[in-house]
Amino acid sequence: MVAVPAPGGQHSAATTQTARALFQRRAAWRWEEVVFWVLAAASYFIFPGHLVLITQAMITGLFVVSLDLMFGYAGIPSFGHAAFFGIGAYTAGILARDWWGDPLIGLVAGALVAGVAGAICSQIVARLNGIAMLMVTLGIGLICYEIANKWNTLTGGDDGLQGMQITPLLGLFTFDIDGKVGFIYSFVVIFILYLMARRLVNSPFGLALKGIRENVRRMPALGIGVRAQLALAFTISAAMAGVAGALLAETTQYIALEVLGFDRSITVQIALVMGGMGSLIGGMIGAIAYTVLRDQLSLWSPAYWDFFVGLILCVIVMTGTGGITGILRRIVDRLLGRTSQ
Amino acid sequence: MTAETVLETERLNRSFGALRVTQDVSFKLPRGARYALIGPNGAGKSTFINLLTGVLKPSGGRIKLHGEDITRAPAQDRVRRGLVRTFQINTLFPHLTPLEATVLAIAQRHGLCVNPFKRLSGCHAEIDEAHELLDRFQFGADGERPTHELAYGRQRLLEIVLALAARPKVLLLDEPAAGVPQKESAEIFEALAALPDDIAVLFIEHDMDVVFRFAQRITVLVAGQILCEGTPDEIADHPQVREVYLGDGEDV
Repeated sequence: MVAVPAPGGQHSAATTQTARALFQRRAAWRWEEVVFWVLAAASYFIFPGHLVLITQAMITGLFVVSLDLMFGYAGIPSFGHAAFFGIGAYTAGILARDWWGDPLIGLVAGALVAGVAGAICSQIVARLNGIAMLMVTLGIGLICYEIANKWNTLTGGDDGLQGMQITPLLGLFTFDIDGKVGFIYSFVVIFILYLMARRLVNSPFGLALKGIRENVRRMPALGIGVRAQLALAFTISAAMAGVAGALLAETTQYIALEVLGFDRSITVQIALVMGGMGSLIGGMIGAIAYTVLRDQLSLWSPAYWDFFVGLILCVIVMTGTGGITGILRRIVDRLLGRTSQ
Repeated sequence: MTAETVLETERLNRSFGALRVTQDVSFKLPRGARYALIGPNGAGKSTFINLLTGVLKPSGGRIKLHGEDITRAPAQDRVRRGLVRTFQINTLFPHLTPLEATVLAIAQRHGLCVNPFKRLSGCHAEIDEAHELLDRFQFGADGERPTHELAYGRQRLLEIVLALAARPKVLLLDEPAAGVPQKESAEIFEALAALPDDIAVLFIEHDMDVVFRFAQRITVLVAGQILCEGTPDEIADHPQVREVYLGDGEDV
């Protein structure tokens, strides 16, 4: 139905309120987010013997969220996102081995170096689209891997980077073998970055990213050239991946060359799709699910567990794009008798 | 009405290989105009719009907006300078609501689209303006439903709303009522006729009733060339137009 415009364009204040309310609803905390963060905090008390594993899963979660900003929101795929994770890890690692072991300085340095690397790469990536974008990110990943592999005086090469001297957090809390300090440190950092990512996706910039995902060709017709948005998204995403890498290096005090590996770039994609794209919390949930799944499957079937990861991935994808988060939301909505959105 | 020209092309050319789809098109659109561009299928009407908006690069000739040469300007720059279009085939954001898409266009005008810190829910000026614009086209609750769920006619209107959200000085409408039933198409054109006087409008349309009712002047494009220009009466009486376009029975 097409309607004639109302003369004078009068509108009621009440409906202006509903328009504003739409954006408040979009930005409101969803129950799955609240449940996730409460459970994540509670896991410190529930699983005191598994803190190291949980911390690593949460760090992977941050890494997946960083990809979600790019892939889930802006629709920019990446097969080389591990490059920025690895750059963050090696920056923090080399800093702690050779100069300065303060974990917070390592974190900031990891974010900065990965962010700068991301900004440089974004100048290439933002000019491309589709498969070309995918191939360039893949190329960046492979290049970084081989640089770290060859430059073993700096990185330790194939043997990994050892000898990091991480000083106590804030000069007070020494990283313990049970991973208590590591857990709390990582939890706080990851939660703060999650809040920042939330703010970003609910900003005008975040809306522009969704516009790029939904119809990049329409954007110039709105006056939006998209290159600035793509470059900024790529840079922020890279910096966030860098923080995740730095966290892993600092909490494990060792860096394996595989932090830069193609496998890790693919893992993070799988975890994102599993958890659900474009919701942020899906990235966290996907990372935990993937970590637990891999852990359990590899016990049960040490040689063939990838078969089941593939199978589960196929099943989840066939239920829609919401991943595990979407499935959970549909179940709860049905139980509560609500119509799902 | 002043005859100040806002959009002008000088001997605009475009070739696809040996095929010349736009040939020496020199065209002027004055401020506040309601002009129509007609011609048989394949005459190069959409190509002309694509050249004007920067989707295609011309092989030769010049385009001027407010007297400034924009021949090489990127598409988004032309929009920022007030040259805005709609698309013949809906080119929308399927999973965004019309409200979000309209806010996006307005936020861009306000230079907010690279701001990751500002809360969207706090952008009251942009949200209110978007709501008002959608309200003018009586979107009602449809403004808050995902675009892909909307009826086709509504989506056609959203094309126009998004263009208006960019505050055009020149509005290029590529078959704004394409695929819409005749009664609703008349309503779309009533809406366009009611646009502020300072917006110049050039529209492509196949329905001759609509063209003759709403256009002040008509340009007839055939095989990439301007066949003739004139008032609706002049065009209706033009022997070549009757022969080439109206006479072949297409869309009359």
